[in-house]
Amino acid sequence: MALKIMKKQIRIIPRLDVKNNTVIKGIHLEGLRVVGVPSDLAKKYYLAGADELLYMDAVASLYERNSLQDIIRRTAEEVFIPLTVGGGIRTLEDIKNILRAGADKVAINTAAIKRPEFIKEASQRFGSQCIVGSIEAKKMGESKWEAYVDTGRQSTGVDALEWAQRLVDLGAGELLITSIDCEGTKKGLDIELIKKIGDCVPIPVIACGGIGTSQHIVDLLKAADVSAVACASILHYGIAAIPSLKKDIAQTYKGAVRTSYEKEHCYY
Amino acid sequence: MKKNIVIIDYGLCNLLSVFNALRYLGVASVVSHDPASLKEADAVILPGVGAFADGMQGLENKNFIPAIHAYVKTGKPFLGICLGMQMLMDKSYEFGEHQGLNLVEGEVVSFKNRFVDGKYDFKVPHIGWEGLCSHQVPWQGTILRELKQGEFMYFVHSFFPVPKDEKHVLAKTSYAGIDFCSVIARENVYGCQFHPEKSAQHGLKILKNFVELTS
Repeated sequence: MALKIMKKQIRIIPRLDVKNNTVIKGIHLEGLRVVGVPSDLAKKYYLAGADELLYMDAVASLYERNSLQDIIRRTAEEVFIPLTVGGGIRTLEDIKNILRAGADKVAINTAAIKRPEFIKEASQRFGSQCIVGSIEAKKMGESKWEAYVDTGRQSTGVDALEWAQRLVDLGAGELLITSIDCEGTKKGLDIELIKKIGDCVPIPVIACGGIGTSQHIVDLLKAADVSAVACASILHYGIAAIPSLKKDIAQTYKGAVRTSYEKEHCYY
Repeated sequence: MKKNIVIIDYGLCNLLSVFNALRYLGVASVVSHDPASLKEADAVILPGVGAFADGMQGLENKNFIPAIHAYVKTGKPFLGICLGMQMLMDKSYEFGEHQGLNLVEGEVVSFKNRFVDGKYDFKVPHIGWEGLCSHQVPWQGTILRELKQGEFMYFVHSFFPVPKDEKHVLAKTSYAGIDFCSVIARENVYGCQFHPEKSAQHGLKILKNFVELTS
């Protein structure tokens, strides 16, 4: 039976890696530089037309803590798009607290590798729609990737593709796939990785790592079944702004991005 | 006169988002787990994420169901969001068959994706921004007044309502080749399948319109 031709759709998600109340950015998840204040950047990206925001506690897993609650609480008072929070989420209590602070979804990596049942418990308690399985993948050879934990520092021996399937079975509602090799390079995404995972899972996939131009997003969209991209360097360093990214994508894929904010008029 | 806007808290979800959105609009609201609070309310919002059966169970445990029915009879505005919208219907097929609030005739069904030719034909849950299109009923005087056709809203759902009567469909949205009902209106009862509180300025406009129905 022929495949229905689906309209391409993509969300643009600024990714804010947070350390000590500042947004930082590194390369391959290391060598971090300060790029701004979380609430300022969140507001700026929201007004520029971001479809969602992704906050990552950059050092949470290492120090076994999470510190984003206050930042999320402040953001949720003036930013009215979905907020996803990751980094250091280890218990159902952690999830409850961050959702109560105003987050809509949580991204879980390290704690899921340590104890996969955590994803199951979390999705049963809070609903699959708010549990994002986060995979940090490092290329190990021809069409082979390994899942890493602790912000890309620690290998696990777990095959990334098999782990993606497993996260679906455990109840994740969405997957965030970060390529450690591409992360921070601005040289393009690991399209093969995203395509492989995107094709084999029934749930939406967010691709992350390596976006340096709007063409990188268009190339990914062409090749892979992907629902969203998370961008950091390209936005933080002002290489491109969200409206221009969306305009470029819409030139190839009409209607693939939300653009109505450009006609913004104030109702209130 | 200050309006009394009540957000129903039945122990399930993140209610802060709706509260924050209203506050941003300059509207004070009360998050309440007491069914008696509906008696004094000028407008009531039923938010919700999660499973249908859990939602109905939550309402039942807190004894909200009779209070909601009594409130709706007063003719004052009522808004269900996401699961809160689905619960307006009479039944859902999420993990078995479950009874809803029976405020709008119709049922809740799911998107069903299939693995064809090495990939899925579409992704479920449906997560993302999609446009609203009017159906048979004009938007003026409703929660969609002054919104333009095709305005984008944020959706996250695997199920959607199918009202029996097309005149209860205020807006439709297209996903996976299906035009589903994304906004329901039946007299004073409204429902949005998307999250207006997470749909940027156009979503806030819908909340503002809803609150203004009270005056």
